[in-house]
Amino acid sequence: MSANLRVPEHPVDTEPKASVRAVAARARKKNIPVALLILVSPFLVAWLSLFLGAYGVSPGTVLRALGGLIVPGLNPSHAAESSIILDIRLPRVILAGLVGLSLSGSGVVLQGVFRNPLVDPFILGIPAGASLGCALSVGFLPGWPVQTMAFVFGMAAVGMTYGMAKTQGEVSRLPLILSGVIVSAFFTAMVSVIKFLVDPNKLQSIVFWLMGSFSLADWRQVRIAALGVVLGLTPVVLMRWRLNMMSMGEDEARALGVHVRRDRIVFIFCTSLAVSLAVSVSGIIGWVGLMAPHLVRMLVGPDHRTLVPLSLAWGAAFMILADTIARNLTSFDVPVGIITALLGAPFFVFLMRRGGKESWGK
Amino acid sequence: MTVSGLTFQHPKSDRPVLRNISFDARHGAMNAILGPNGSGKTTLFKCLAGLWKPCAGTVRHGECDILSLSDRKRSRLIAVVPQDHEPPFPYSVADVVLMGRATHVGAFSAPGKRDVQIAREAIETLSLDHLLQKSYTRISGGERQLTLVARALAQQAPILLLDEPTSHLDFRNQLQVLGKVRAIARDRGITVLMTLHDPNLALLFADHAIVLTQGQVLASGPPEEVITEDTLAAVYGVDVVMLRHNGTRVVSPKVTR
Repeated sequence: MSANLRVPEHPVDTEPKASVRAVAARARKKNIPVALLILVSPFLVAWLSLFLGAYGVSPGTVLRALGGLIVPGLNPSHAAESSIILDIRLPRVILAGLVGLSLSGSGVVLQGVFRNPLVDPFILGIPAGASLGCALSVGFLPGWPVQTMAFVFGMAAVGMTYGMAKTQGEVSRLPLILSGVIVSAFFTAMVSVIKFLVDPNKLQSIVFWLMGSFSLADWRQVRIAALGVVLGLTPVVLMRWRLNMMSMGEDEARALGVHVRRDRIVFIFCTSLAVSLAVSVSGIIGWVGLMAPHLVRMLVGPDHRTLVPLSLAWGAAFMILADTIARNLTSFDVPVGIITALLGAPFFVFLMRRGGKESWGK
Repeated sequence: MTVSGLTFQHPKSDRPVLRNISFDARHGAMNAILGPNGSGKTTLFKCLAGLWKPCAGTVRHGECDILSLSDRKRSRLIAVVPQDHEPPFPYSVADVVLMGRATHVGAFSAPGKRDVQIAREAIETLSLDHLLQKSYTRISGGERQLTLVARALAQQAPILLLDEPTSHLDFRNQLQVLGKVRAIARDRGITVLMTLHDPNLALLFADHAIVLTQGQVLASGPPEEVITEDTLAAVYGVDVVMLRHNGTRVVSPKVTR
C-alpha cells in the first residue's frame, strides 16, 4: 500500500458542502473587521502620538514634517517644530512600536511553546540578566555601554537557563521554567548587591533604567530594536503555524511529524534575541508581552496563523499608547514601565471576571 | 505491519516491561490489543508510535523499518489518535484537523488550499461538518475523539494507531467511534491498531486480536479464537461465560450478587 493514500474518495469530494462553506464564511466574517482594526491600530496610535506632547503641534505640521522626509521642499516654516517631530517624537514612537512588537511577539510564541497562556517573554530570565548588565555598566564599568552589557547579560541569562535545564536530561517545559526562576532570582540578587554598594547618584540611574522608559530614544536605538525584530521575529512569523501543533504537547506534535526539539530551540533563541535587544534599549517594561497576545487571543481565537501577526500589531499599538500616556500624564516623563504595570493588573482582574476559564485558555 | 522481538526496558529498571513481542497486524483491518492494566499495552503503544525507543526488535511496514525513521518520515506512515485530552488553547475543530497536515507542510510555510481541502474532506467523512468552527474544548468526548480520528485521516498515513479510543466514551459513543473507524479501515484499506479494555468491543469490531499479559503476547489471532474463557481467566483472573446470540459472541463475567 502506498504511503500517499489519497483521502478524496468521498462522494462529495469535488466541492465542499454548502453548509461547510457557509459556516466557515460566517466565522471569518465575524473576525475580519476586528482583525483589520488591530492591524491598523499601531498606525492610528502612532499618528495621534506624533502631535500629542508637551509642545503642541498641529496635525498639519506633522503631515508637512513627514512629507518633508520624502519631498524636501515641504518642511514647516518652524525648524524647531520639524525637529521636535522628526528627531524626538518620531524615533520615540517607532522605538516604542518596535519594542512592543518584540515583547508581544515573543510572548505569544513562548505561550505556545510552553503551552501556557500565562507565560510572558521574561520567563527565561532575560530582564534579570539585562538588569545585572546595566547595573554593572553604570556602577563599575563606565567604559562598557549599558546597551551592550544589557544585551550580553540578557542572552547569557537565557543560556544559563537552558544549560541548567539540560542537566535534567531532555530540555522540556518544566525544567526550563524552573531554571528560569532560579536564574532570575540569582541575577536579581546580584543586582541588589550592586545597588547596595554603588554610590547614590549612580543608583538613581540604575533604578530609572529598571523601570523602563523611551525618554532617551534616538535613531540609533531604533536601529538596534529593528535589528532584533528582523533577525528574531522573521523566522518566528514564518514558522508560526508550527506553534499550533507544539501547543498540543510534545508527544502529539512528534506524532504529527513536527521536529519538536529543534523547533523549540529555534523559537527560544529567536525570541530571546528580539527581547534582549528590545530590553537593551528600553529597560524592563513588564506586562505587555503577556497582555497583548492574551487580549488578541480572546478576540480572534488561538490559531497562531492569525494570532501571531495580530499580536505583533497590537503589542506595538499598546506600547505606543502607553508611552503617549507616559509622556502626557504629568509635566515630566513617567517611566512607561510604571504605566504598563498599572494597566496590567486591572486588565487581568477584568479577564478573570469576564472570560472565566475560557480566557485562561482552557 | 510486522512486529518482531520487541523488547523494552526503562533505563533505570532491571525488569523489562515488554519481552520479545511479536505479532502481525492484519493489513487493511481492525487489530485490537487487549490486556489488563500494567500488561505493557501503553508501553507497546508508545514504542509503535516511535515515542520510546525499544532495546531490541523491529517494526516493519513492507520494506520499511519504522523504528529507524525520523518523526517526520514516521508520521507519514503512522497516524496516532491519542487519548482524549484538553489542549491549553481552544482551537476550532477545523484548526485541530488541519494539524494532521503538518507532516506534509514545510517548516517555514503554512498549510495551503489543498491541505485545507483534505482536512475538510476528513471532517466530512466523519460527519463533523456542523462542528467546523466550534471550539475543540467545548464539544463532547465522542466528538473530540472523532475530531482526532479526522485529524489522523488528514495525515493520509496507511497505519492508524488508536490509544484506548473508547476509554472516556459512553455506551453509544463507543459503538459510534469504533463503527466509523472500521468503516474507514475497510473503505480505504488502512491498517488500524488499537488498544482496548473491553473484550466485548474487540469481539464486535476487531478482525484480529492480540492478547498481552506481563509484557508478553499470550495469544494472537481471530478474536473468536483468541478471546475465550481460558484466556480471559488467565489474563484478568476473572471467571467468564461466553454467550452466543445470532452468531455473535458475548463475554459475560460471573459476578456473585
